[in-house]
Amino acid sequence: MAQVALRKIVKTFDKTPAVQGIDLDIADREFIVLVGPSGCGKSTTLRMIAGLEEATSGEIYIGDQLVNDVPPKDRDIAMVFQNYALYPHMTVFENMSFGLRLRKFPKPEIKERVESAARILDITDLLQRQPKQLSGGQRQRVAMGRAIVRNPKVFLFDEPLSNLDAKLRVQMRTEIKKVHQKVTTTTVYVTHDQVEAMTLADRVVVMNGGRIDQIGTPHEVYHAPRTRFVAGFIGSPAMNFMPCRLVGNNGSLSVQLSDKLRFPVPQDRVARYSGHVGEDLIFGLRPEDIIEKRGDLPPGRAAFDVLLEVVEPMGMETMVYFIIDGVEVCGRVNPTAAGNAGETMPLVADLNHMHLIDPRTDLVL
Amino acid sequence: MTSTTAEIGATTGVGRFGSISRGRKRALYWSYFFLVLFVIFFLMPPVYMLITSLKTSAEIGAVTNPWWVYHPTLENYITLLTQKNFLTFFRNSAVVSVLVVSLSMVVSVLAAFSLARMKFWGSATLATGVFLTYLIPDTLLFIPLFKIFAWIHDTTGIELINHWWVLIFLYPTLTVPFCTWIMIGYFSSIPKELDEAALIDGAGYMQILTRVFIPVALPGIIAATIFAFTVSWANFLYPLAFTTSEDQLVLPVGIVTTLIKGDVYNWGQIMTGALLGAAPPLIIYAFLMDYYIAGLTAGATKG
Repeated sequence: MAQVALRKIVKTFDKTPAVQGIDLDIADREFIVLVGPSGCGKSTTLRMIAGLEEATSGEIYIGDQLVNDVPPKDRDIAMVFQNYALYPHMTVFENMSFGLRLRKFPKPEIKERVESAARILDITDLLQRQPKQLSGGQRQRVAMGRAIVRNPKVFLFDEPLSNLDAKLRVQMRTEIKKVHQKVTTTTVYVTHDQVEAMTLADRVVVMNGGRIDQIGTPHEVYHAPRTRFVAGFIGSPAMNFMPCRLVGNNGSLSVQLSDKLRFPVPQDRVARYSGHVGEDLIFGLRPEDIIEKRGDLPPGRAAFDVLLEVVEPMGMETMVYFIIDGVEVCGRVNPTAAGNAGETMPLVADLNHMHLIDPRTDLVL
Repeated sequence: MTSTTAEIGATTGVGRFGSISRGRKRALYWSYFFLVLFVIFFLMPPVYMLITSLKTSAEIGAVTNPWWVYHPTLENYITLLTQKNFLTFFRNSAVVSVLVVSLSMVVSVLAAFSLARMKFWGSATLATGVFLTYLIPDTLLFIPLFKIFAWIHDTTGIELINHWWVLIFLYPTLTVPFCTWIMIGYFSSIPKELDEAALIDGAGYMQILTRVFIPVALPGIIAATIFAFTVSWANFLYPLAFTTSEDQLVLPVGIVTTLIKGDVYNWGQIMTGALLGAAPPLIIYAFLMDYYIAGLTAGATKG
């Protein structure tokens, strides 16, 4: 049990910067997810916490100890790798107990710890098997078991689910969440899958190009993204971005998307945006905020008609794609309301959830 | 080739399954034909050796069917196995081979581990260097080696020539580079995460080697062991060049030098000696065959 702190961490590989100055405080027992596209430095950051990579500069603390020069085995961490990294010549029991045996734990305690971890992960009857006799999901459990038996200060997960098929991934995701509820240990979890990040994290750390773009709860990064990158990366399908101009008249504001299309800015946002009147900005709206038109319009919503380009039924909802001023835009409508491609359809934009982004700084206003 | 094309053309209307299985059968026939041809070609000499070893000198010299034994006898075997010389050769060979294999494996496993896993300054160049060493033919090496021995004798007074045990230091010049190269391939094919996991689990480099790498790369180690054993058991040139006294000879040279007296070839005993000499590698191969094949193919896909 320990908090982890990163102070101005920099990592360069042969002059190529991978991590460019990261500050991060992880509370005791917190589940932190580092998320970002490949090459954003999230795995490198994790490996520096593990001690598998040396930080070029900056300080790493686990608990109250500065661990920059502490070898991995003395950092009291456990790591779960993407490809499981089980020892192929050992049984599941031997795999899970390897760390304890190296540390010369007494045999009865090893047995007790392995069995209790096996119970948590529901792999008790696999203990005598070899890794090659296990399925992907079972191997992943064993890899987690190997981490749990050590009872470390920090769990590190390096994209643990990306080798599993889609269905199993969802199952194991829930499994990891359950395990963390039973074994509350500080956890740092790396993934490129924003759904995993949203579902697992206490706080999400969105990384981009070796820097942290935003740290926040899943709710915060979803509803109040700080940068254009976070807005586009979190959420699936991704947020729609459309170039626009902010226009003001008599104390009210509106966004001009095309010659014909103009959305009014809700009153409670006017003060926030009023400094940018006349500027060319980027208008961001998530697909779920573009829905079919039904009944009266509540405040903050605006109706508009579109010509459907592509219609994708997903079952519980239907994605509709249309073009606004040369930009493809996606909406998420009720399957019963969706028209066919080539037809005109009335839609409603919920502007209470709109975002305006300054294209010069890529910051959300 | 032309007949195959014609047949495919003829059977298109009938259905493809027939033609595919027929094509497979034809391929199998040819495979069998050539395999049997090779087996006969390669087994003929040992079979002929066996036949000759069971004959008396008189029968070998007689004008009869050379492929048949009319008066089988174990006389050659008995003579050789009761002769002190032959047993000395055998002992020398066995001691040299066992020690060379042990020495080579210890050196090359450690070398390969460090070259494959501990990235240090010049490690890649060193690894290539090790392989290049192997490419130098051993016939080129024995003259420089002679020079080195002479120099050692001049400076320290230690005589290295004409001692069977000096082969223990000579053969590793042949075995270590190749074994190291094989093992580098094997160790490189072990995923990096495995040693990282062990590192986090608390293992040091030596423990990673002994508790993870060696067990995982066992097929490769066996392949390298067999290679080292074969080289040190069957090498002819070095013992011929460096040992001369009869009690210092190893099997391959011993058989040739003691059983050929002047221009008299004692064929029966030569063949018997050669057969007996070939037995140990054969037995070791038979035991480790499965590992060896797994080892060779595993090495082929990686490294």
